[in-house]
Amino acid sequence: MSTAIEIAAAVSAGEQTASSVLESYLSRIDDREAEIHAFNAVTAEEARATAAAIDASVAAGETVGPLAGVPVALKDNMCTTGIATTCSSRMLEDWKPPYDATVVERLREAGAIMVGKTNLDEFAMGSSTENSAFGVTHNPLDVTRVPGGSSGGSAAAVAAGFAPLSLGSDTGGSIRQPAALCGVVGMKPSYGAVSRYGLIAFASSLDQIGPFSATVADSALLYSVIAGHDARDSTSIPLPVPDVQATLDDGVEGLRVGIISELMGEGPLEGFEPEVLARVRDAANALAAAGATVAEVSVPSTIYGLSAYYQIAPAEASSNLARYDGVRYGHREPGGVNTAAMMKASRTAGFGPEVKRRIMLGTYALSAGYYDAFYGKAQRVRTLIINDLAKAYADFDVLLSPTSPCVAFPIGAKSDPLTMYLNDTCTIPSNLAGHPAISVPFGTGADDLPVGVQVLAPMLGEAKMYTVARAIELAASGGQS
Amino acid sequence: MSVRTDSVNEGAEPESSRLSREDVAHVASLALLELTDAELDEFTGQLDAVLEHAKDIDALDVGDVEPTYHPYPVTNVFRDDVVEQLDVHDAALAMAPEAEDGQFRVPPALGEEP
Repeated sequence: MSTAIEIAAAVSAGEQTASSVLESYLSRIDDREAEIHAFNAVTAEEARATAAAIDASVAAGETVGPLAGVPVALKDNMCTTGIATTCSSRMLEDWKPPYDATVVERLREAGAIMVGKTNLDEFAMGSSTENSAFGVTHNPLDVTRVPGGSSGGSAAAVAAGFAPLSLGSDTGGSIRQPAALCGVVGMKPSYGAVSRYGLIAFASSLDQIGPFSATVADSALLYSVIAGHDARDSTSIPLPVPDVQATLDDGVEGLRVGIISELMGEGPLEGFEPEVLARVRDAANALAAAGATVAEVSVPSTIYGLSAYYQIAPAEASSNLARYDGVRYGHREPGGVNTAAMMKASRTAGFGPEVKRRIMLGTYALSAGYYDAFYGKAQRVRTLIINDLAKAYADFDVLLSPTSPCVAFPIGAKSDPLTMYLNDTCTIPSNLAGHPAISVPFGTGADDLPVGVQVLAPMLGEAKMYTVARAIELAASGGQS
Repeated sequence: MSVRTDSVNEGAEPESSRLSREDVAHVASLALLELTDAELDEFTGQLDAVLEHAKDIDALDVGDVEPTYHPYPVTNVFRDDVVEQLDVHDAALAMAPEAEDGQFRVPPALGEEP
């Protein structure tokens, strides 16, 4: 299968038409989508029209963008004008946004072709894509297992060859963990690097949109297209985007790489699969062999990340999801005798159980008498984590850990919410700190399922993060390509 | 994945510190959610487990630590003070469950059970 870079080059040069590329991906979707269920909707007709327009531009000698003719799948929590954007929730089942998310505009300007909207845990709340109101997504590598979540559909779409690229959103690991479980590359950018305009909010101080791809170079390409300041997102960072593609192959000679002890089963956190830890050590050894300095480093407060996150994220979610009241858009349950009854009935019918749990957790954390003990304290713990990471980055350029403590687990295996939340232990610190992090496949663990190694970098440290990710990818392929 | 608890008092917390069924019912009503009795039982146990787990941060002394509300503080973001004509009225109403005379329509605010 071609990479996105190869497709864009071939389409731009007129060696291949966007239409023929698209048809080959649509036929793969036809073959396997019934057993995978990566998509809530495949937008084949719109995609064909876009591909034809790209081909016409190339034929007319016009300049086309860096993703010319590249099929891209979008997580179904990003707004697309006139195309249902459901968040995999009954609440938004019939909602068609009147505007495009900024990332959608940037993809279009770059010549990308949207092939569909991918399945997710409802409102991006989950780690397995089992919380979708429209059914589970299956892991393409073993359809009895979950693809991870919440961006499970986007990860599965790339892993199944339904699209060379996709976009997900990551609030506590929702890009990186499914990337690890599906054996693809997934990256969460620095908070504010990619516009959240048109991303349906879950936890606004944590949410970021980021790329899925089969290769690190494709990830860097897609990141370059979607990143950059946007006046429509007041949290967007008003700085130029670093050229992560230029430094991709700089190598790791002289770079300092720290392995986070607490996320390697050496502290109070338990439950890491031994094969997963072994692959992270293998990746670290490979970086050392390539010239990096590798050492263990303690980042003590990372062990409290999960507790802080499950106060902060639900608190923000309970505020953000207060807007779904059946008045202006979304599900309205008929028969309410008054406005309040209508709102209550609509929310009760429109939200699934995990969304209700998080709304209630957040409402509790923010309620009078508990605010300081829960939400206030969690925000201070967030500062501790940022401070500890800053200390580590005084001695190291990047940090390593597992992405997920385990490989892809069987569908239905983690029915208890707390057990499911514990999946996010390694990914949460980067969200709390707003730092970038990437998951790169490195070998296999139990049952020959892929293991993801996480590379963490400081705020706006995407360039070095990508250089190290590329070195890990090279080592994983035995130095090939 | 789990967290080792070294506490000798495990399970010995006073009842009052645990989340009760009444707490959950109250929170659900604040959040405009209606729960069945079975849901109330299930959610109480699940939410209590999450809150119990979160008590690991109780031991931390963070009195002198400033809270972080945002990872990259950008303050006072202004747009240019230019009047724009946005024709979004129809688009805003198009996805409304019910609209009338260019406005959102809802059941009576003070309607009561018959």
